[in-house]
Amino acid sequence: MSTASARRVIPGFGLTLGFTLLYLSLVVLIPLSATFLKTATLGWGKFWLLATAPRVLASLQLTFGTSLAAATLNLGAGLLVAWVLVRYRFPGRRFVDALVDLPFALPTAVAGIALTALYAKNGWIGAWLDYVGIKVAFTPLGIFVALTFIGLPFVVRTVQPVLEDLEPDFEEAAASLGATRWQSFRRVVLPALWPSLLTGFALAFARAVGEYGSVVFISGNMPMKTEITPLLIVTKLEQYDYAGATAIAVVMLLISFALLLIINLLQWWSGRRATTH
Amino acid sequence: MSATTRPATADAPFVRRILIGVALLFLAAFLLLPLLIIFTEAFTKGTAMYFAALREPDALAAVRLTLLVAAIAVPANTIFGLAAAWAIARFDFRGKTVLTTLIDLPFSVSPVVSGLVYVLLFGAQGWFGPWLRQHHLQVIFAVPGIVLATIFVTFPFVARELIPLLEAQGRDQEHAALSLGASGWQTFWRVTLPNAKWGLLYGIILCNARAMGEFGAVSVVSGHIRGQTNTMPLHVEILYNEYNFVGAFAVASVLALLALVTLALKSFIEWRSDHAI
Repeated sequence: MSTASARRVIPGFGLTLGFTLLYLSLVVLIPLSATFLKTATLGWGKFWLLATAPRVLASLQLTFGTSLAAATLNLGAGLLVAWVLVRYRFPGRRFVDALVDLPFALPTAVAGIALTALYAKNGWIGAWLDYVGIKVAFTPLGIFVALTFIGLPFVVRTVQPVLEDLEPDFEEAAASLGATRWQSFRRVVLPALWPSLLTGFALAFARAVGEYGSVVFISGNMPMKTEITPLLIVTKLEQYDYAGATAIAVVMLLISFALLLIINLLQWWSGRRATTH
Repeated sequence: MSATTRPATADAPFVRRILIGVALLFLAAFLLLPLLIIFTEAFTKGTAMYFAALREPDALAAVRLTLLVAAIAVPANTIFGLAAAWAIARFDFRGKTVLTTLIDLPFSVSPVVSGLVYVLLFGAQGWFGPWLRQHHLQVIFAVPGIVLATIFVTFPFVARELIPLLEAQGRDQEHAALSLGASGWQTFWRVTLPNAKWGLLYGIILCNARAMGEFGAVSVVSGHIRGQTNTMPLHVEILYNEYNFVGAFAVASVLALLALVTLALKSFIEWRSDHAI
């Protein structure tokens, strides 16, 4: 037996890898490269002019600001929910655990109209907030609510397994050395959770930056005020401004790729810190 | 004293109650209320109006199109997922990490941009636009474009479930089957597939939920022609923008039910695989 066939006893390498590469190229890589090639035909000056137009910059500022705020709320709330689900036993825990994934399963347009109905001036929550003078629907606050909804599962699902695998030894040691619960949480538990917390935060942020369906209903879509970047791309396309749409899309793609790189580094870091592997 | 007998990893009862209370309040406001309001709004004018809204010809056409798109996109991405998992988990080759990252790429691209890349390729002003027009073929603002955009956004689901699963299971069972004289196909059907069936089903369910619920990417390529290129989420948007709230929430409630079924199946599979080991 030759060495090559001894190494590859399992057949089908050429077929499956070939099909994988072909399908990946046709569906993902070639279409994405076409977008960059299209931008290249614009020329650098034209691209820069389109990508830094005041309306584009205003939308980017809004998109990043609200995404950052929503991911930050999810960082705290996600840690709390993960903690409660892992450490405590209470009736309905399994149901709550399953419900956390709702934003992954519920179509974004459905989430969008539901949140708008809830936070409109006459809605279940909106009426109460309106009473104290807070307007949510059709303001940046509405975008924040929608982005919090769609980013909710990320931190919970990245922190939960790490918290489950955390050995009680360290907390017991801290307690026996006289630490209070709060001290042992801050000095022992939290440092072990940081990589997974940051990964969840980055995933929620990346998802929020590109989000469209759940936001367009609640945001009001006013240029310069409540217009997110993905919506601006759609508006430009509807006006047959392909160059403008593509320039903004390339900016968004570059941001997505940078975030993907950061997320991969964070996951590599949390993988190294995990004690079980 | 109770404080001294409590284990070091347990919190004081009042801390526990407050944390559970705050977490449940947050989840109720952000997950449960949006879910409830969909069904409440759908039934505001009675069950007769609800079912009338669902039996409307345009609504039925949207259901049919959504089912058709999922029936093409899900099997296509399932076959890809199986091929990619076989190539990546059963063989060692250079560039494996890069390939795995590239497979996840569609998840980090904004849905709107996912639609836009196909407009740039197949639209009237796109690369293949003139050629398609000469041959009287239409991709954008037609069903093929909707299918392509859906395949793009649901691309990684099956592959990313199967790759880690097959890697964790190792190659020993396949080696054993092959050394006992089984062919490659026999090994795949009788050994690999039965071992991976729950992970495969998990990926298919998530892929299907996203395929039926996708909004942003499909919205860009659809053209919104009633009864022809409207999927269910797009139909929800049209009805909502026409202030037909009962109709919009009635169609939305069907999608919400699909999401709940998805979550139930997902929990069931997680429970199965926890108890199988």
